[in-house]
Amino acid sequence: MLPPGFAQRMRGLVGTDGVVDRPESLLVYECDGYTLERAAPEAVVLPRTPAEVAQVIRALWKDGVPFVPRGAGTGLSGGTLPVEAPVMVCTSRLQKIESIDIANRRVVAQAGVVNLWVSRAVKDAGLHFAPDPSSQNACTIGGNVAENSGGPHTLKYGVTTNHVLGLELVLPTGEVVQLGGPVEDRPGYDLTGLVVGSEGTLGLVTRATLRLTRVPESYRTFLAVFDSVADASEAVSGIIASGIIPAALEMMDGLILRAVEDAFHAGLPVDAGAVLLIELDGPEAGLPSQSEEVRELCKAQGAVEVRTARDDAERTLLWKARKRAFGAVGRLAPNYCTQDGVVPRTQVPEILRRISATAEKHSLRIGNVFHAGDGNIHPIILFDERNAGEVERVLAAGTEILEACVALGGSVTGEHGIGVEKIAQMPLLFSPEDLHAMATLRSVFDPQRRANPHKLLPDSKVCVEARAPRRQAAM
Amino acid sequence: MADSDVRFVEIEKLLSCVHCGLCLPSCPTYLELGTEADSPRGRILLMRALEEGRLRPTPEVTRHLDSCLGCRACETACPSGVPYGSLIEAARPFVEEHRPPVARFLRWLLDSVLTQPTVRNVATAPLRLLAGKPWTARFARATSLSLLGYAAALPEWRGVTPLPPVIEPDRELRGTAVLLTGCVAHSSFPQTTVSIARLLARAGVRVLIPPDQGCCGALSLHLGNDTRSRDLALRLSRHVSEDEADWYVTTAAGCGAHLREYGTLLPNDSGAANIGAKARDPLDLLAELGLPAPQRPLKAKIAMHDPCHLLHGQGVKNAPRELLRQIPGAELVELAEAEICCGSAGTYNLTEPGTAGRLLTRKLADIRASGADIIAAANPGCLLQIRSGAILQNMPVQIAHPIDLLARAHGLGD
Ligand SMILES: Cc1cc2nc3c(=O)[nH]c(=O)nc-3n(C[C@H](O)[C@H](O)[C@H](O)COP(=O)(O)OP(=O)(O)OC[C@H]3O[C@@H](n4cnc5c(N)ncnc54)[C@H](O)[C@@H]3O)c2cc1C
Ligand code: SF4
Ligand code: SF4
Repeated sequence: MLPPGFAQRMRGLVGTDGVVDRPESLLVYECDGYTLERAAPEAVVLPRTPAEVAQVIRALWKDGVPFVPRGAGTGLSGGTLPVEAPVMVCTSRLQKIESIDIANRRVVAQAGVVNLWVSRAVKDAGLHFAPDPSSQNACTIGGNVAENSGGPHTLKYGVTTNHVLGLELVLPTGEVVQLGGPVEDRPGYDLTGLVVGSEGTLGLVTRATLRLTRVPESYRTFLAVFDSVADASEAVSGIIASGIIPAALEMMDGLILRAVEDAFHAGLPVDAGAVLLIELDGPEAGLPSQSEEVRELCKAQGAVEVRTARDDAERTLLWKARKRAFGAVGRLAPNYCTQDGVVPRTQVPEILRRISATAEKHSLRIGNVFHAGDGNIHPIILFDERNAGEVERVLAAGTEILEACVALGGSVTGEHGIGVEKIAQMPLLFSPEDLHAMATLRSVFDPQRRANPHKLLPDSKVCVEARAPRRQAAM
Repeated sequence: MADSDVRFVEIEKLLSCVHCGLCLPSCPTYLELGTEADSPRGRILLMRALEEGRLRPTPEVTRHLDSCLGCRACETACPSGVPYGSLIEAARPFVEEHRPPVARFLRWLLDSVLTQPTVRNVATAPLRLLAGKPWTARFARATSLSLLGYAAALPEWRGVTPLPPVIEPDRELRGTAVLLTGCVAHSSFPQTTVSIARLLARAGVRVLIPPDQGCCGALSLHLGNDTRSRDLALRLSRHVSEDEADWYVTTAAGCGAHLREYGTLLPNDSGAANIGAKARDPLDLLAELGLPAPQRPLKAKIAMHDPCHLLHGQGVKNAPRELLRQIPGAELVELAEAEICCGSAGTYNLTEPGTAGRLLTRKLADIRASGADIIAAANPGCLLQIRSGAILQNMPVQIAHPIDLLARAHGLGD
């Protein structure tokens, strides 16, 4: 329950239209891209400037009210699900790119700026913001920072943390701190790096200084077609072992291929067992010889065909098909759940075998479209919430797959974060001492657990009590 | 739930939304307001709750559905193929029934005035005195009245030149087009209708202009009156469906997008199916058929504003740019957010002036930043909206229909 006069006070800070508290209008905030668990907040507050964010959070601190940060709500691990936090602070009005410094290759963007807007703003200068999650035309910089997001080009260019120079963070008390700064490699503790990936549990990020990267001079984009997922996985290992670092190395299996082709007509081979989408980039001079090598490596692993994108239009089409693959899956089944796990690259063939065994065991269809070069898998479990017992089987299969990742020496998330979805798996990865150390660190920023409580770090209480009853059918 | 229990749309269509959020930044109202209930994802969830009976159409629910422009930018962005346009069109008549009587009456009145020529002529008579006059513009600026701005944005009233029923092509016959003059479009921008007829003839098209056409029904549907909308569509299809026609064209992108839906709208009418299948944007058609090189130069920086019903409703983006690029002296520049709605959206600027005004301000800022001398907008609604804004802010920029720019370059205009 919110304290009396709460909405009124908030409206005084952010304007009359800056507080949403009618149940109808709160409905959409009950979940993000992870729809298996749902709960609506009691109020959503929409500050217009970073300064207003600080005022709002200070007021929340005084009232003793915990909050959840929210960007575009494209998260896939339920990071924005309110768990014992009645208020959501949403960054959708913080849309300004505040400064662009081409000479020093950096921009300062507010938290609600959409990932792709940054690249668009500096395109004419031949620069871009390298992290390119498949959701990049919607997800926000604040969300990218919170989840330490990656994308297909992570293989060569790294994840968000490699491209953030500094942050402005509003602590749960409302105090504003500046971390890092415009210059690289500052002495002292890397607090910026600590906040990147902290999933909103250390405070709310209002501004980020981002590093810009030169757009590569040239590209070669290939589509290598294989009869089986196993052959394709071997080719991945072969390419990586050769020492070539492709800009991207993505796999789609047969099930996904057919859905994607249905949606985008990109001329994909629908009867193939799997394809690899391989991209090389860099100075034009080096590309022909590397291209030849990649072709040879694929052929050696049994590729039935290796196509090269002829022009920019074809490259764009291939990437569109890949980046929008999750969406196209909506055509295969009314519901789906995307898992996110990591294995060492050499274990890609093994994890795929285990995934298909899991699918069989639970009588579920599971498709695979993922960042093969990083060993970052994304099994997509298809289901229909209206079939009795199916949601339970989906949850069980998901858990099994993640446990297999850990058993193979990997991790339970590559890029979608822990949120509420994977909190129960954290003890698989970390000892109680590790988790305790992390909780202690968190207390330095948020001793009272006011910022996105019950996320990221398991606290035994909520795991048992709050989670299970919140589980509802997906939508 | 049995089929007969459908309240306004089959639940499966609503379930095709997987709540991914990828459509959010493409939605103009979400961009401006930042509230997710005013985003495609939010509205789909509200419609789902209405359809399932979990929510009633309270004023709060209706407010979020009303704030939707119907621009369909979300359809372009959605990877799951959610048919958003048809969902919201099905929901509008449903919420209309639950509106308070006064609001319903006002919307009915607006619908009547706009879609019935005789009523419209009487109701808009005073406008003719004000239309396009420099003093109207000055007066509008002095009073900051947006309605006066619209009046000043109209071309000066010179009466509607009746077009002959048939215009023969200037060169070898390439096909036959029926020109739908559009109700509001033709009475506000008669010159554009003349321009397109001449351009089509120049491209080798035989142009048929059936008299006494009436309205296509797009505006009525937008206002939630599906019965009238269907009646108007039926009337039009009876009136103009021609076997010999290869294309049906109109200068209003909003009408053009609506015509394409005729087959679904009137599934049992062969005339409507014929129109639906052959509806074509005239600029797209001209770009395909090709025109001789235009002779008259136009030394100016031109930026295209993409009308929603052209880009998202009909998938036309490059055709007008290609055609304008051929004009000697013309330099094409791109407008930031060219694909974002200007706030006109059928009758939106009349029913939702607040949000419409914010979107217009956003558009004008983008226009200023582009440094363009001329903004080309292929839809009468956008033309009026952007031009009125430019007049009120006294901006030295011309807003024109690309068809008129082309006609002038080809020596066919005024
Ligand atoms: C179709 C699809 C494809 C995707 N592809 C990828 C991919 O390729 N790679 C990838 O990494 N992810 C991917 N994602 C996941 C998601 O898009 C990313 O995690 C993204 O960074 C989330 O951004 P957002 O703005 O939507 O954040 P939200 O979902 O709103 O929030 C995510 C988390 O960040 C916190 N948060 C948000 N803003 C702030 C802030 N300003 N300060 C502090 N905390 C904050 C929230 O509390 C929450 O815990 C995909 C999602 C979808 C739906
Ligand atoms: S409409 Fe499409 S893009 Fe938007 S949330 Fe639904 S599925 Fe995603
Ligand atoms: S039609 Fe336009 S305004 Fe309506 S939800 Fe879609 S993008 Fe938003």
